[in-house]
Amino acid sequence: MVGVYVAGVGFTKIAEHWDKDLEQLMAEAAVKALEDAGVSTVNAIYVGCALSEYLQCQANLGALMAECTGLVGVPAFRSEAAEASGAAALYSGFCDIASGRSEAVLVIGGEKLSDGLPEEVSSGMLMMSGRSWYEGFMGADFYAISALLYRLYSKRYGDEGIPFFPVISHEHAEGVAHAQYPFKITLDRVLESPFIAEPLRMLEVSGIGDGAAALVLVSEGLARRLKSPKIKIFISSATDYMNPFDREDPLRLQSVMLSVSKVLEQAGVSRGEVNMVELHDSVSILGALCLESGGFSPPGAAGKLAMKGEFGLNGRLPCNTFGGLKARGHPFGATAIYQVAEIYLQLTGRAGKNQLDKPRTGLAISLSGVGAAAFTSLLKIEEV
Amino acid sequence: MSSTIFKRGPEKSSGGDMVKLGGVAIQGYGGYIPRYRIRAEEIGRMWGQDKSGFPVAEKTVAGIDEDAATMAVEAARIALRRAKIDPRRIGAVYVGSESKPYAVKPTGTIVAEAIGASPTKLAADLEFACKAGSEAMAIIASLIRSGQVEYGLAIGADTAQGRPGDALEYTAASGAAAFILGKTDHRAIAEIEAWSGYATDTPDFWRRPGDRYPMHAARFTGEPAYFKHIIGAVQSLLENDGYTLNEIDYVIFHQPNMKFPLAVAKYFKVGQEKVSPGLIANFVGNTYSACSLLGLVNVLDQAQPGQRILVASYGSGAGSDAFVLRVLDGILEKRDLAPKLAEFIRNKIYIDYSTYLKLRDEILMR
Amino acid sequence: MRVTGYWRNISFLYRLAGWKCTHCGAFHHYKPVICRRCRSREFTQVELPGSGRLIAYTVIRSPPKEFERYAPYSIGLIELEDGTKILSQLTDFKEDELRDGIRVEAVFRKVRVNGEQGIIEYGYKFRPVLSRS
Repeated sequence: MVGVYVAGVGFTKIAEHWDKDLEQLMAEAAVKALEDAGVSTVNAIYVGCALSEYLQCQANLGALMAECTGLVGVPAFRSEAAEASGAAALYSGFCDIASGRSEAVLVIGGEKLSDGLPEEVSSGMLMMSGRSWYEGFMGADFYAISALLYRLYSKRYGDEGIPFFPVISHEHAEGVAHAQYPFKITLDRVLESPFIAEPLRMLEVSGIGDGAAALVLVSEGLARRLKSPKIKIFISSATDYMNPFDREDPLRLQSVMLSVSKVLEQAGVSRGEVNMVELHDSVSILGALCLESGGFSPPGAAGKLAMKGEFGLNGRLPCNTFGGLKARGHPFGATAIYQVAEIYLQLTGRAGKNQLDKPRTGLAISLSGVGAAAFTSLLKIEEV
Repeated sequence: MSSTIFKRGPEKSSGGDMVKLGGVAIQGYGGYIPRYRIRAEEIGRMWGQDKSGFPVAEKTVAGIDEDAATMAVEAARIALRRAKIDPRRIGAVYVGSESKPYAVKPTGTIVAEAIGASPTKLAADLEFACKAGSEAMAIIASLIRSGQVEYGLAIGADTAQGRPGDALEYTAASGAAAFILGKTDHRAIAEIEAWSGYATDTPDFWRRPGDRYPMHAARFTGEPAYFKHIIGAVQSLLENDGYTLNEIDYVIFHQPNMKFPLAVAKYFKVGQEKVSPGLIANFVGNTYSACSLLGLVNVLDQAQPGQRILVASYGSGAGSDAFVLRVLDGILEKRDLAPKLAEFIRNKIYIDYSTYLKLRDEILMR
Repeated sequence: MRVTGYWRNISFLYRLAGWKCTHCGAFHHYKPVICRRCRSREFTQVELPGSGRLIAYTVIRSPPKEFERYAPYSIGLIELEDGTKILSQLTDFKEDELRDGIRVEAVFRKVRVNGEQGIIEYGYKFRPVLSRS
């Protein structure tokens, strides 16, 4: 298998971009990534987006993005895996290079949620988290199912520290230029915020925003010839039953457990060697479940460890170093690409005021639905 | 009051004689009312009405997710639990309603599917103001008697509309009653011994297509309408086959309020003790197509084998169906297989007027 | 067009009818090609029991499209008498009646309406069992 390297990253600020179309946002991120990598063309383009048919009435994003990036002629595809669509595109691009077929690919993730009314975005989330004639029919949306998981978690372990996850993410997002909510919040503010679906509170869930992020992946051969830092990438994925309550234990995200184990094995890295983790904290409880199911916290302990400061920038295992889904933002199809780009910034020493102390390995967990699929990406410094 | 209702008795119906229906019986019955109630006083508070003299004390209000079809299904499921038959043997479903959820598309097929009776031979909706449910019973009984279906399901179900502020608003209520009819056998609950109807063109109450609320002709709905038709139907039933009211243990008259059915009882010199068990309007309101039939359900919930029941519906426009039923032994075994109406009457949640508007879809959301 | 999908699913939505794997017992709300749990290809047609126990519930306050009218509405995780776990809207409860562990039963309700002129979609919901005092 050919080694795959990240050669450059690009992204937009996550915000309500009233003046830009989805394709403009994605082109902006893509061109930045190509410039960052110092390449002018690629062998293929992989696009990740979850809801463009529904919110923008736009399909065929592959060819569209080839055109918008001035790369007409290059083969281009779109991947969909709900909120993890960006990760699915990354997975495809990774395989293209690892197989030896391509030397350089462009991976773009984008989502423009501000084109939908709140109830339309809510319907979009309903489509992503369950079956249309089961959860979708009865309006058991992503928040409802997450809230039920939260209830089960509290019954088994207590909820101590779970509402602290958004506090960590917001602390890390403070002053981050590309973050949607670059300010701190207190635990009291989280606990005083109104319920979205009890016990889940407004400040425990990510907001609605637009954003696009892109990566250039290259083969080890091309990486050797490029000036860019040598950051090797691995990605693995696993699926689970759509509905968590069909799973043997709804509080163990099998898809996370499997994808984390597989990617560590691929990379030859142990959990103890991982210096940072980007979590899928679209709701607080899922951030905690990612850590526990990924084997970075004992079951039922993630909240307590969070309160102890273990996941802060100076903690044992810094998490969500630019604010995570909660504070940096969560434009579904783009999210996984932001996560990987942020790890890339940390490993290459470009993280500015959020820079960790010489991290060598970082891991990102990206979920679709309530863990129906998990993609785990691992980046590490490795000379070619 | 009774003596002033009719100076002379109503003329005989042209169809003439009562129909003997021996051999057809109720095999299962079920009553359903929604859980929500609004007190007449609360409605009166909105319109500055005095606290006394309301036609009923409170009425049922359908939940936001209920309509005539859902209530018909609930009642039918209760009836099926009592009938203890394979629902696929039900060959016809007739739903009487003036608040059917679709202008075009039968409620009967929805009910049949929901209780596992689909496909049926027949399934149509009937409309005859408040008597469509009893007319459904008459049709189903005839289908069974003629051998065209083995079992049939007759339902009266309504989420009645009353214009805000109108007198009807105090009584227009929601509920459903369902009867599974079949041939009389040792498992039957009550045999329909006889039936008679009385219908004329009497425009006392109507609603035109597309209108949200019905119109009514105020006091014209009384003597020439309600009283004339109920008395006409009951009289033809009594006179033609020599029933006397002494042989009847329970009487149920359509109950748009508390006053009218009691006035009819007085006209026929029937004692309060025969009327009370089937008189539920004070705590339910007027459930239109389900109204007299829910009275029958409440009587079946307490009657003993061998007793006779007289039930007379009234539908504006106008007509009445009167039935004589004889309670059979099957009632003892079947009655407790499903919730009784009294349990639904007790199990209530009071709502205020603004919640009432939300549940009744009176809040414009577009 | 949503009519066709609704029509295909009404036996489940109306009556909780579906298919159970003959080997592992996993429930499927339509006849599957292969069991989603054990990959068996043998199934038995069943109607799930219409009563069970509420395991946990929540309340949706910012509903998706077509559910606006019903907000706030409640979603419960229910363990039916045969052990099958299902999600359902809860209806007809007083706020203080909703507690984990209470017994609930299936009712037939209007779930959503497909636009101004579209069909009315009916299906199951659960309510606290009628107290039989």
